[in-house]
Amino acid sequence: MKKSHILAIAVIAVAIGIIMSTVGDASVYVSFREARERAAEGNLTKVHVVGRLPRDGQKNIMGLEYNPTLDPNYFAFTLVDTNRIAQRVIFFNPKPQDFDKSEQVVITGAMRNDVFVADKILLKCPSKYVEKDIKGATASR
Amino acid sequence: MLNTFIGDAGHLSVILAFVAATVAAYSYFMASKGRALGDTDAGWLRLARGAFFVHSAAVVAIILCLFNIIYEHRYEYYYAWSHSSNHLPVHYMISCFWEGQEGSFLLWIFWHVVIGLAIMRFNRKWEAPVMAVFSFVQLFLTSMILGVVIFNVKIGSSPFILLRDFLTDLPVFKLNPNFVPKDGTGLNALLQNYWMVIHPPTLFLGFALTLVPFAFAIAGLWKRELTTWVKPALPWSLFGGLILGVGIVMGAYWAYETLNFGGYWNWDPVENAVYSPWLVLVASVHGLVLWQRSRTALRTSFVLVIATFLLILYATFLTRSGVLGNASVHSFTDLGLSGQLLIYLGAFVVLAIGLLVSRWKDIPVSEKELTTYSPELWVFIGATVLCLGAFQVLFTTSIPVYNAFLGFIGIKSNLALPADQIAHYTKIQLWMGVFVAFLSGLAQIMWWQRNDKETLTNSLTVPGILTLLGAALVILLVRYNKLTMSPAYIALLTTALFGVLANLGMIFTLLKRRVALSGGAVAHVGIALMLLGILASAGYSNIISKNVSGMVYSKEFTEELNRDNVLLWRNEMAPMDGYDISYTGQYFDVPGVPEYVNKEVLFRTDDEYKALARSDIKFGDKLYYKAGDTVEILPENTYYRVEYKDRKSGEAFTLYPRAQVNEEMGGLLASPDIKKFLGHDIYSHISSVPDPSKEKDWSEVKEHVLSVGDTIYLNDYFAVFRNVEPAHETAGLGLTKGDIAIQADFVVSGEKKQYHVHPVFVVRNRLIGRVPDEVEDLGLRLSFVNVDPTNKKFTFGVSTTQKDYIILKATEKPFINLLWSGTLLMALGFGMAIAKHRREARRAPQAATPVVKKPRVSRQPAPIA
Repeated sequence: MKKSHILAIAVIAVAIGIIMSTVGDASVYVSFREARERAAEGNLTKVHVVGRLPRDGQKNIMGLEYNPTLDPNYFAFTLVDTNRIAQRVIFFNPKPQDFDKSEQVVITGAMRNDVFVADKILLKCPSKYVEKDIKGATASR
Repeated sequence: MLNTFIGDAGHLSVILAFVAATVAAYSYFMASKGRALGDTDAGWLRLARGAFFVHSAAVVAIILCLFNIIYEHRYEYYYAWSHSSNHLPVHYMISCFWEGQEGSFLLWIFWHVVIGLAIMRFNRKWEAPVMAVFSFVQLFLTSMILGVVIFNVKIGSSPFILLRDFLTDLPVFKLNPNFVPKDGTGLNALLQNYWMVIHPPTLFLGFALTLVPFAFAIAGLWKRELTTWVKPALPWSLFGGLILGVGIVMGAYWAYETLNFGGYWNWDPVENAVYSPWLVLVASVHGLVLWQRSRTALRTSFVLVIATFLLILYATFLTRSGVLGNASVHSFTDLGLSGQLLIYLGAFVVLAIGLLVSRWKDIPVSEKELTTYSPELWVFIGATVLCLGAFQVLFTTSIPVYNAFLGFIGIKSNLALPADQIAHYTKIQLWMGVFVAFLSGLAQIMWWQRNDKETLTNSLTVPGILTLLGAALVILLVRYNKLTMSPAYIALLTTALFGVLANLGMIFTLLKRRVALSGGAVAHVGIALMLLGILASAGYSNIISKNVSGMVYSKEFTEELNRDNVLLWRNEMAPMDGYDISYTGQYFDVPGVPEYVNKEVLFRTDDEYKALARSDIKFGDKLYYKAGDTVEILPENTYYRVEYKDRKSGEAFTLYPRAQVNEEMGGLLASPDIKKFLGHDIYSHISSVPDPSKEKDWSEVKEHVLSVGDTIYLNDYFAVFRNVEPAHETAGLGLTKGDIAIQADFVVSGEKKQYHVHPVFVVRNRLIGRVPDEVEDLGLRLSFVNVDPTNKKFTFGVSTTQKDYIILKATEKPFINLLWSGTLLMALGFGMAIAKHRREARRAPQAATPVVKKPRVSRQPAPIA
């Protein structure tokens, strides 16, 4: 065997290894029902869940729990996934400042007992970059 | 007044630039078609040059028009309105250019023009075929900002669109089509940073430079000059590697200084999309160098040079088509151009790969088998390792693309990026680093000598022994500091040390021969130092703000959770790791004053950008503002003063992490402040503050009736009512003659200092007004309620609130300076290599006939490459 062949085989082997590791590490978007099933089976890999925050009549978010003077690293909220299943989520970090305004929330983490422990929160705000409205446009002129 | 002229002029220039690029591409193609390299059709060439000059002038005109729109605050244009504002300093107006997609395309186009003109000047022989490729690329790029609708298909997005044409549904335009907003929405706060002024142009210059070797390779394939293109292309490739590498690190440094994810690299798809082409570009440089020296790896060079440019196009598609969606925080807004981008990408993939395949058999291959003792083999393996590293990043970053593609053909896919991206990328990239560091040392030693068993053993002994000694010492030190070191870390430490020492040794050897030769060794020392810096600062990044208050809200999962943030009450000292820290107030940046100014000495007015000085503002001996002066402030950012005191050494320093309340971006944007020491950085950022948009919760007002000289306790602080005097600060009240304003003078003793409190009592047209005074430090508010002149008694209302606090996260980053200084060395090494190869290219322009001039048709697989 020539060296080039050995090298080619090694490269292919590593490339396949890389693909396998990506496939193995890739997470999935699931619903809370599936997240609970996974936890029940003892599968503790982290998943992504997309959801919305429940709001009352005044558009206030219901069920937020953050009391920094007691514990700055404890933030709990309720998230309703796309199948309308509500789930209590805790996040052992300060509450993200733009949390109240977000429309859609993506969390990663896993179910632990009865709560979903999130380690990352990604917020989608209604108009993060494209402005659709002019402030005070009607006031002047 | 609505000014449509400048926008029309700009838009016309865009169309002209597009048409001229088309003409140039066609004419350059015709000038060179069917002729050998260097032989061109004079008529077509003249036309082509003229067209490219027109194109260049038009591009400059576009930039001038767009800058005029931003500079003159012409908010009738969407671009100015959405990316700038009245208070934006001029140097940030430049950043406005690249905040939007259109402007960043413009920047890229501009660099292509500059480089194109340089090629027309310096690479005459290659001009026609190379510039044909350049003009063809320009044609596509200018089409991205064309903003023309043909048969209901939108081609490109123009930066010169009027606000009323963009926001057509807004009612104000129905009432008054000539409405012009008074102020823009401003530049994204995170981009208001000097790195953002120079980092995007650097990166786009890097992007543009990858086109040069690509264009040479394509021209070489087209003109069947399969070997001669390498020499002129190599310095450009090196230049691209330098600029793109530096640009990436600049971006990392910006993220480190401005964003608050706690580091310099986040494996964000936008970062990855530049990082992986850079790895391939560096690999291609090694391929080209191998061909220059040993006439081997030419096919590899072709593949890598072409792959680099195609990866840049793919990166553009990833970050600008909106395909990343949820996956990235900072990709551009989707402008509905994904179709156009796909066509662009597809066209170049098909053309380049088609041309390469059709010439593949003719590309010369080296016949000699590489042995273990040839440095070429190890350089080649090193390039392969880089490509594998690039492949991993690319393969994972593309996960959203697979989802989009599967969705397109009707399969629902719920694949997501790895939940722990750092762990995922690190497990491959770390080993890439190990191999790169080791091979760079080994190949560098072998490169400059004749190799057999004996010479190799001799020259490896000294760096080998030093490496092992050094590594052992470091491992012991790490253990001594009660930190652990995994085998992978030990491997990276050892190989990176070897990389540094072997290359350093080579530099000393080469100093005796010729300094100019040592560019490669210098760059490799830089890379190895960067790897050490990354290992130390990322692997041993240490959160020092662990919550040690003992108060834990929930006991549900106490075991392994990190509680990485501490709450600091204003003016109360708290222990944190080896430091005593205290948060001592909020500050503003005042232009012209060397230090931040405490909010408490500034009295805010209706104009956000102006405040009144409540006392003299002076630093050192110099008085900047007298009490009562109007002070111009920058109100966007609040700086939170945090004092650190090292308990052991007693050394003290102050950091000002900042935060900005920004409604559009949603809430609070926090940026860190970093204290740099030689051996480590202390990095702190605000995680949370009391919600600034909510009114403070004041306690019920408690009234006190006092005489001058009385003493009371206010919110547990000792306070003396000293006097009643005519009010000083009346500027905000709009008093007229006959009005009376008096103020009380209280002195309140806080934890650290005394505060003068001046509630004001105003009588105006027989109406009473009260201006309360607040001490934010103490959470205290005093109002002057009433005067009883007969008994000389005065009534004051006192209310209190929760004291101000911040939640802070602080991290120690050991030896991060190795990363930055390694980057500088790498850049220096690249620069030396460019100089060397440019000299060589100039010295023997024609004489360098390659070994294999007429390529033999080889049916056998190449031994290597």
